[in-house]
Amino acid sequence: MDRLGVFLCTGCGIGEALQVEGLTALADELGAASCRTHPCLCSPEGVADIRAALDGGTIGGALVAACSARAKTEAFAFDTARHAVERVSLREQVVWSHPAGNDDTQLLAEDLLRMGYARLAKTGPAKTLAETIERTVLVVGGGLAGLTAARTAAAMGHPVVVVEKAAALGGSLAALPELVPAEPPYDVLHPNRLPQMISELAAQANVRIFTASTIAAIKGQPGQFQVDLATPDGAVTLAAGAIVQATGSRPYDATRLSRLGYGASPNVITAPELDAMLAAGGLKRPSDGAVPQRVVFIQCAGSRDPEHLPYCSADCCSATLRQVATIHRAHPDVETAVVYRDMRTPGQLERFYLAVQQQPRSLFARGEVVGVSGNGHLEVALRDTLLGEGTVLGADLVVLAVGLVPNAADGEAIRIHRDALKRSQTGESETQREEARKIAAQYAAHEGTEILNLAYRQGPDLPALRYGFPDSHFICFPYETRRTGIYAAGTVHTPMDAAQAAEDGAGAAMKAVQCIEAATRGEAVHPRAGDIAIPDFFLQRCTQCKRCTEECPFGTLNEDEKGTPQLNALRCRRCGICMGACPERIISFPDYSVDAVAGMIKAMSVPDESEEKPRIIALMCENDALPALDVAATLRQGWNPWVRVIPIRCLGSTNIVWIADSLSRGIDGVILIGCKSGDDYQCHYVRGSQLAQTRLGNVQETLQRLALEPERIRVVELAHDEFARVPAILDEFAATIEELGPNPMKGF
Amino acid sequence: MTATPSRPLLVVGAGIAGITAALEAAEAGREVVLVERDACVGGRVLRNHHYFPKLCPPSCGMEINTRRLERNPRVRVVTGAQVTGCRANAGGYEVTITHAPAYVNDRCTACGACTPVCPARVKDPFNLDMSEVPAVRLPHPNAWPKRFVLDRQACPSGCHACRDACTYDAIDLDAGERTETLQAGAVVLATGWDPYPLERLPEVGGGRSPDVISNVQMERLAAPAGPTGGKIVRPSDQQPPKRVAFVQCAGSRDVNHLPYCSAVCCLASLKQAIYVKEQLPEAEVTIYYIDRRTPGRNEEMLGRVAAMDGVRLVKGKVAKVEPNGPGLALRVEDAQAGRIVHAEADLVVLATGMVPSLGDGARVFGLACDDDGFGVENSGIVVAGVAHRPEDVAASTRDATAAAARACVAAGRSA
Repeated sequence: MDRLGVFLCTGCGIGEALQVEGLTALADELGAASCRTHPCLCSPEGVADIRAALDGGTIGGALVAACSARAKTEAFAFDTARHAVERVSLREQVVWSHPAGNDDTQLLAEDLLRMGYARLAKTGPAKTLAETIERTVLVVGGGLAGLTAARTAAAMGHPVVVVEKAAALGGSLAALPELVPAEPPYDVLHPNRLPQMISELAAQANVRIFTASTIAAIKGQPGQFQVDLATPDGAVTLAAGAIVQATGSRPYDATRLSRLGYGASPNVITAPELDAMLAAGGLKRPSDGAVPQRVVFIQCAGSRDPEHLPYCSADCCSATLRQVATIHRAHPDVETAVVYRDMRTPGQLERFYLAVQQQPRSLFARGEVVGVSGNGHLEVALRDTLLGEGTVLGADLVVLAVGLVPNAADGEAIRIHRDALKRSQTGESETQREEARKIAAQYAAHEGTEILNLAYRQGPDLPALRYGFPDSHFICFPYETRRTGIYAAGTVHTPMDAAQAAEDGAGAAMKAVQCIEAATRGEAVHPRAGDIAIPDFFLQRCTQCKRCTEECPFGTLNEDEKGTPQLNALRCRRCGICMGACPERIISFPDYSVDAVAGMIKAMSVPDESEEKPRIIALMCENDALPALDVAATLRQGWNPWVRVIPIRCLGSTNIVWIADSLSRGIDGVILIGCKSGDDYQCHYVRGSQLAQTRLGNVQETLQRLALEPERIRVVELAHDEFARVPAILDEFAATIEELGPNPMKGF
Repeated sequence: MTATPSRPLLVVGAGIAGITAALEAAEAGREVVLVERDACVGGRVLRNHHYFPKLCPPSCGMEINTRRLERNPRVRVVTGAQVTGCRANAGGYEVTITHAPAYVNDRCTACGACTPVCPARVKDPFNLDMSEVPAVRLPHPNAWPKRFVLDRQACPSGCHACRDACTYDAIDLDAGERTETLQAGAVVLATGWDPYPLERLPEVGGGRSPDVISNVQMERLAAPAGPTGGKIVRPSDQQPPKRVAFVQCAGSRDVNHLPYCSAVCCLASLKQAIYVKEQLPEAEVTIYYIDRRTPGRNEEMLGRVAAMDGVRLVKGKVAKVEPNGPGLALRVEDAQAGRIVHAEADLVVLATGMVPSLGDGARVFGLACDDDGFGVENSGIVVAGVAHRPEDVAASTRDATAAAARACVAAGRSA
């Protein structure tokens, strides 16, 4: 971009704290096509001034030197497909956080102007993506969640394809006549509307249903998936724009619960077995076919148990209440007892719990089950119960409320297995091959579990998170997904009850439709929704190192046979992690590139050793660290004036060359501030901050080789609300740098 | 009803549910008008210190959400306004929006020149009235829109110091209310909830001692932008408490108060026990509960807190809390031991439940409610978040995403 216009705001104290003429002179010196000052640039008059210059073609891009890029965003919103615009934070990063009329403050402002100018010079307007987009939503799994997704997407005007592995639709709830209440009245069971929904969907012209079918392969990207099905009538290939995975869950294997008598007595059955028994026409004791006098339900059978399922399955308490209510209505003389640790009936389910509790011959006993013994008549021994120690409950039938196991495949684990298998053949040394064989053996069990069969470099299914659920991990963004355009819903997503599963299906359908609409507009989806810029790969210089294809958290890149990355732009989420990974620096966005940040580093002034003014670069994640810095500034907290902040999209987009450039320019220290990594990561790109730490670990070795102190580089994690730590982090780093003395590379 | 596709959706309430519903629909190509009564968006969640189970700050997700709002040309965010009329018509609904007087308008740059000259102090609603702030101020450090507010009722007669201090012509002390009419295709009500009032729980000390606080107040005590800068102290003497008692189901699961389970309080108290132990490792924490409700993978949180030194979970109903010298005396029906036990605490946190806050909404929109005041939606008026049912943030955002879909369907197929 050339012919750059600089727009300098003198409002909000900027004009008083800084020598504005120094800044305008600097703009001239930098070669700006124009430099205009405005007493309140964000006012309609100020914005009109910028717009006129951009629209009139007198400038090719605008540098807005005013407040933080997070302030007055709507006022300074210009069409990025037509104009390059950069912001320089003179207000937050200079005048609100540093003393007015001070030399260091002025130098800081001038540096930020130089850096912003350099960045703008390397920023071009975004090229828009215009692809042919398929509007069909593929729903994998025809249970309650999947069918609700199908119905929702169809109602939103999208063609729908439902693929169900079983011979009939409906999943685990299909045969139930009634479900727990999800709307008033809350004290009675409600008719199961699933069969009705199935017949309505079957009659809809824009819904195609494939039962007894599985997915052989999914190729392509959102808006352009090619789906190969294996159906009873042979292979079928169709196109889809987005995918809802609602493959549900299966009951925990009760044969592993022998302590609870399963397998030892025919009269110990699981909750799904009780449902089947009730559907088949009645409550019977399996050993002799007699109606049991007392039925004991054991909750948390497998769940909340580190040896079985560490999580709560979230559905069993309400399912047990449904079964108890069903039994009482059909067999008013039968006694029921529910043994539980905690009854979990959140929200209005509490009213249903109360109603079931109030029925005659309905006992709820808190306690832990020690064991179930006997064969015909059973004894359930309890401890920690309110009924007194050593309580034993007699039972004719024991029902185990077994937990739920997601029907999910761990795509990453399968990939690790396949990669290791390959290396066990092609490894350079026997040690490497042996190591690969060990890894392959460790992950072998995942092979054959595939559901989606994605033709993705990073594995054939969604990556699993904790306990094997492909949950999003984000509380605020439950449909955040690591495979763009593929959304999990229902009990495969995270443990939930039937009402929640239906709602989750509708939500996932919303996301699938949204992804298709965004692809049609050529825009990214969450979290950079609306971003139209796509990365450019200068493949002539690619060395096939595969770092980008391996590190992308979203599985965007495939590889050709040689290992050259193949971009699937509609999968891309614009985090820049590939750009940070690339040692050849061949990956760039029009509005964010290795070159642009390197240009900023090159643009700042570095005083020589004799001036005793160290210079520090702070690469700060724009999602959490930069907002924390802005809040610190808003509260007028100050920090060391040697620090120059460079906002970055994600710590994971940090290219090591920025560190090398900084040090070779004589900059004394580099601090990287990003989001929390680890199991409870807060990185919106999942692995960005973790990858940055790994890359920086590698840099430390290089530093030592160059006889540079490793303390010159630091990585810090900072949460969005930790604004109070910002000054201390920067000041303390500055003190460390001062103690180390000047960078010995200065002046070279 | 034949809805006109070009009509926007109206989303009422810009807490986490309303913002989510608005954004999910807008990112799918819908025009959306998001109306919020407060001066800024974020609702209740921004008043939480951290979310369970990750213990991450709600402002982090809100940062992404406000960025999404800013970037999306299809969402119009209207703050400081309420819907005062709604009439079904051929294409959906004709809605009247009443804008509160804009004493501070959008020329405000948040420069801060007005605050130091303001002579009036008011209780800070962002901090649940636990601290005082000038009448003209930024509502909180992450306020979005980043614009000051003026509590005009607190102005001393004839004072115009803030207007004089403002260089940008952003303060209009004579601003008046105004109304606008909007044709909406469908409506999403996401008006959220209010905490069950402490004063309604006098038997467990609510309103009878400053050291009996609610769980929402505890969130503010722990938050860096809260009234104590994040220090957990007893309100009566500003000293760190040595013994903290959490009373679960304070109002909830009680036919005399709220018959339903509020779905979040168990996890909120477990989370707050972590706040206490992280800041005051020596403090003794006791949580009195009926059931420990930590569904799904939240179970981890229960395991983590139960394993902490100095934390006890006691199954029992707290029957009475009363001042006892400088401390508080608790009478507990210990269900495990099967007897009444007495305990002492310096700070009692009542895990108060959530009450749906449809306000005037039910009347304005002709919405039916269940016996507890939660909205029961009909075809064109969709309800999301805690106005819909008691639920946590993750469930609320799922609910809101589904609600966005239902609203899009109600308002006509093509986006």
